[in-house]
Amino acid sequence: MNTPLIFELSSRGRKGYSLPKCDVPARLLDQTLGAANLREKDASLPEVAENEIVRHYIRLSVMNHHIDKAIYPLGSCTMKYNPKVNEVTAALPGFTQLHPFQPAHSVQGALQLMYELARMLAEISGMDKVTLQPTSGAQGEYCGLKLAKAHFDRIGQKRESVLFPDSAHGTNPASVTMAGFQPVQVKSNDRGILDPAALEDVLDDRIAVLMLTNPNTLGLFEREILRLTEMVHGKGGLVYMDGANLNALMGITRAGDMGFDMLHFNLHKTLSAPHGGGGPGGGAVGVKRLLEPYLPVPVIAREKGNGEYCFDWDRPYSIGRLHTFYGNFGVMVRAYTYLLMMGSAGLRQIAEVAITNANYLKERLKERYDLPYDTVCQHEFVLSGDRQKKQGVRVVDIAKRILDFGIHAPTTYFPLIVSEALMIEPTETESKASLDQFVEVMFQIADEVEKNPDLVRSAPHNTPVGRLNEAAAARELNVNFSD
Amino acid sequence: MNIPKDLKYTKEHEWVKIEGDVATIGITDYAQGELGDIVFVELPAVGDEVKQMEPFGTIEAVKAVSELFSPLSGTVKEINEDLEGDAAIINTDPYGAGWMLKIENVPESEVQALLDAAAYGKLIED
Repeated sequence: MNTPLIFELSSRGRKGYSLPKCDVPARLLDQTLGAANLREKDASLPEVAENEIVRHYIRLSVMNHHIDKAIYPLGSCTMKYNPKVNEVTAALPGFTQLHPFQPAHSVQGALQLMYELARMLAEISGMDKVTLQPTSGAQGEYCGLKLAKAHFDRIGQKRESVLFPDSAHGTNPASVTMAGFQPVQVKSNDRGILDPAALEDVLDDRIAVLMLTNPNTLGLFEREILRLTEMVHGKGGLVYMDGANLNALMGITRAGDMGFDMLHFNLHKTLSAPHGGGGPGGGAVGVKRLLEPYLPVPVIAREKGNGEYCFDWDRPYSIGRLHTFYGNFGVMVRAYTYLLMMGSAGLRQIAEVAITNANYLKERLKERYDLPYDTVCQHEFVLSGDRQKKQGVRVVDIAKRILDFGIHAPTTYFPLIVSEALMIEPTETESKASLDQFVEVMFQIADEVEKNPDLVRSAPHNTPVGRLNEAAAARELNVNFSD
Repeated sequence: MNIPKDLKYTKEHEWVKIEGDVATIGITDYAQGELGDIVFVELPAVGDEVKQMEPFGTIEAVKAVSELFSPLSGTVKEINEDLEGDAAIINTDPYGAGWMLKIENVPESEVQALLDAAAYGKLIED
């Protein structure tokens, strides 16, 4: 790969704009800002023409994999197609030209959108109140756990631990630690779900919260959920739903009805805002009435008299602020658009088609790959590459080989309870033809493992770069450009 | 699979080399292969007490973080400081330059209970 950085394309004095003649008297910067506030050296900004900058980023986007290009079956990430209408609404000048310091009366439309989006999310999840402030699923988890902490502090209970199953996303125990609790792992049973008996063994009145992903990361519905939430409530604890897999539930069942006290939504997964590349994301959190006093400030509310939308800062029990201003507003516009475009019948259909697609792929792929939990799945399922490992080919090799066919690899080596795990989530936006094409690729790779394993072990061959040194990328990452 | 005959092993895929009253500890070739590219190891400090079958540190590979379980009880005499700068040595030379700890004051009864190379080889085959 020999693609220059935008800085390397720079040529002194070149520019991509032309401005009309200035019609006000020019003022020197040091007079306006004060000489002490000016930088000593010019900022090293790239200077390029418009066509150069467009070509540069188009070239990079072609080298990248993205959902506008092909299927992206990355398990637990819900990489669904992002409808372009979302971009139309998010680009409306009434939204893009806002300033976060504008007074509330001048941004009524934006506040109304946030207010209504929060209400829709509450309805979808069976919760009483939703905050849109968290900007990722992990921050949503952190928010939920801080709410729980505030609640137990207020009622004077000392609860130190948070439970989560061994299939949980790694963010769960990380958020637990960040929020000041002790993480305690519970083993799932041989059917891949959490057993009331296993919960019984660890449950006592020092447990603050049970965190559960439903459906879980094996793509299985937690069948004992009513019993599990009842048991935790019986000991005075709370139950948090990691909403990463909400795509399987929408319009069919609701976290609130299962006994969860709070959950997060991933607007960038379930509600079709762009996902990947590190953000921006949306990790809205819904809670039952009990936890409402602790929600982050400001809360979007309505004035008592005239019904105007406003920011409510007067919340003495609030955990405070989680993000600058009000969260990632552009992501909220996209999620709101998506919900209105889909309607309630559409939401149910999303879940039904996502589940059908996953089961179709699972049934076809189990012919050539091991399927440790062979049962009806929800929106995703987990294969094992154990059969291929016996031929000396690891799942990481299979994942790299998939890239050669212009398809993004599934999630690998997760969840940790499946050896050589390959976690596949096709989402509802793939057609049968697209699913079949993926199956063909997976079958061809299974053949190659048997007949020409070196081809798979040395993959990828058709990508802009080959195998990267992942250890060095993790430990010696350097993203600074300097000349 | 490389399983040196002169070492002792555990179910948790650690190896132990006994020299006089000092035990050197590391992870096996099989373990490093299962973990994949190792990026970081967190080890105890010299002078710390470690207990048999209890975690003494963590090992971070590209795909997951795991706990390291001590094969024996004892006092940490020395740690492999080279691993701090380059944990990938464990991938390239798990039984040599990739050693992790040397401990002393090890109870003899615990040493007797370790697996020999044949028993460990059978364990990873199953």
